[in-house]
Amino acid sequence: MTTAALNSSPAPAILPGSGGLRGALSDLFWRRPLFLLLLMLLPPVLWLGIVYIGSLFALLLQSFFSIDEFSGLINREFTLKTYGDLLQAANLDIILRTVTMAALVTLASAIIAFPIAYYAARYARGRWKALFYLGVMLPLWSSYLVKIYAWKLILAKEGILTWLLAKLNLLWLLDAWLSLPVVGGNSLSVSASGTFIVFVYVWLPFMILPVQAALERVPGNLVEASSDLGASPGQTFRNVLFPLALPGIVAGSIFTFSLTLGDYIIPQIIGTSRLFIGQAVYSQQGTAGNIPLAAAFTVVPIVIMGFYLWGAKRMGAFDAL
Amino acid sequence: MRSDRGQSAPLGLKIAATVGLLFLHLPILLIFVYAFTTEEKSFVWPPPGLTTQWFAVTWNRPDVWQALSLSVRVAAISTVIALVLGTLCAAAVSRTKFFGRETISLLVILPIALPGIITGIALRSAFSLAEIPFSFWTIVLGHATFCVVVVYNNAVARFRRTSGSMIEASMDLGADGFQTFRHVVLPNIATALLAGGMLAFALSFDEVIVTTFTAGQQQTVPIWMLEELIRPRQRPVTNVVAMVVVLVTLLPILLAYYLTRDGDQIAGSGK
Repeated sequence: MTTAALNSSPAPAILPGSGGLRGALSDLFWRRPLFLLLLMLLPPVLWLGIVYIGSLFALLLQSFFSIDEFSGLINREFTLKTYGDLLQAANLDIILRTVTMAALVTLASAIIAFPIAYYAARYARGRWKALFYLGVMLPLWSSYLVKIYAWKLILAKEGILTWLLAKLNLLWLLDAWLSLPVVGGNSLSVSASGTFIVFVYVWLPFMILPVQAALERVPGNLVEASSDLGASPGQTFRNVLFPLALPGIVAGSIFTFSLTLGDYIIPQIIGTSRLFIGQAVYSQQGTAGNIPLAAAFTVVPIVIMGFYLWGAKRMGAFDAL
Repeated sequence: MRSDRGQSAPLGLKIAATVGLLFLHLPILLIFVYAFTTEEKSFVWPPPGLTTQWFAVTWNRPDVWQALSLSVRVAAISTVIALVLGTLCAAAVSRTKFFGRETISLLVILPIALPGIITGIALRSAFSLAEIPFSFWTIVLGHATFCVVVVYNNAVARFRRTSGSMIEASMDLGADGFQTFRHVVLPNIATALLAGGMLAFALSFDEVIVTTFTAGQQQTVPIWMLEELIRPRQRPVTNVVAMVVVLVTLLPILLAYYLTRDGDQIAGSGK
């Protein structure tokens, strides 16, 4: 039937609209891609803009309010008094302690992460590569609280670590360490060293992944060339590998640093009674009811991270993410 | 780094990498042993005996079931919201270059780039300024916000791999926009979305820091666990719940990995 029919009415060069609401919409999207783009962006931007940025703004606003010390009510007038309170010695102490911890945790994670990342990037192949990947990914995604709980089990006085050290006749070493002033305590689970270990454990995968990504991009023959030219493994590491891995380490340190700055659960469960920024925020907004001071406290990690990110960007860390 | 295939690693490196991996895994394995211990009052090692009775005890605890049900409902709804928002955002960002594109990706990443406590207290202070009472939906609001980025990361990686000419070909062959989406785009990104959804579910199921600020008196599983960690009531029950939580979060991660392993390099590195 068809050949004659088709020949008699050739298809027009411009097709008519496909009809119906659905067709009209489809045509509109095709003709005005910007409209489609806007329509796609609107829901996520509205959500994040209102829920998230709006909340951050509310938080910032609160930090310029102050609390009336007698009634405990929040005085909704612009003032810098809360920031003045923030600069008290006790609070500066908290900030300094947290930043020191974050720096130490970052350093330790980098040191432990490097061999794992280097092995995975350079030597692991095929099956092993997948295994390494999962080996980092599974702990990364395991429940945060369960990981902390596991360390409570390990570090407890009657726990597996004490048992192991007793078997190895090394208990004196633990006791000597615990008797030290700042890092020690009654047992590891109530000492600053305990807090440190758990922080390193929980954030370590965040360091491994970007370092590995950076090392994957180092051509293997670069390392060979370095040793052909007479460099010792140590020199190769210092002059070739480390500079090339540095953007990855900086990228990883964004996570370890930022996560340590804001955490309040780990030092609450494993550690001393000395506060970290996160705990200070939590207790100010909870028991003390001083939301302005809590808000001012959160501005500290935001500012520190702002500078950190700025520095990291200059070192090219974002390309390694 | 293809040239050094077959070359074996120096011994020191092997040892350091192995020790590092053991450091990452042994603590989690310990949880499984403790779930069977007969000891009730302390964390004593080695366990004095092994028993399965705590599974039955946990099974009959209504508070555990309530927390579990709340967690699953919150995670499911947050995942759905994150899937819609994350996919839309990824599609927009990867299809076209437009002014403010970098800002959009920053906006999506910000909720997990800033410490959770900031997201938490920001939401809390917004709720208090707007006088919104705590409810199921205040938890969802927080969770969906930081889950968007996981879906977004997975979807963006897949969109980058999918060639735009396939969409043009579909349109040339006469499919309208909706047909193209249904028959060309969706099949291409489906596994990435599934993976992103699984990761978002796991992330929400496990979240505690933001939740403590948005839940009020309600208990999700992580909040229940946090209470037990601070004020232990029945340690063996906590052990069993911890083990179940490990299993519940690991399955979606493994699935997500198998769904995206060929090609997208980031199955969940964006936590």
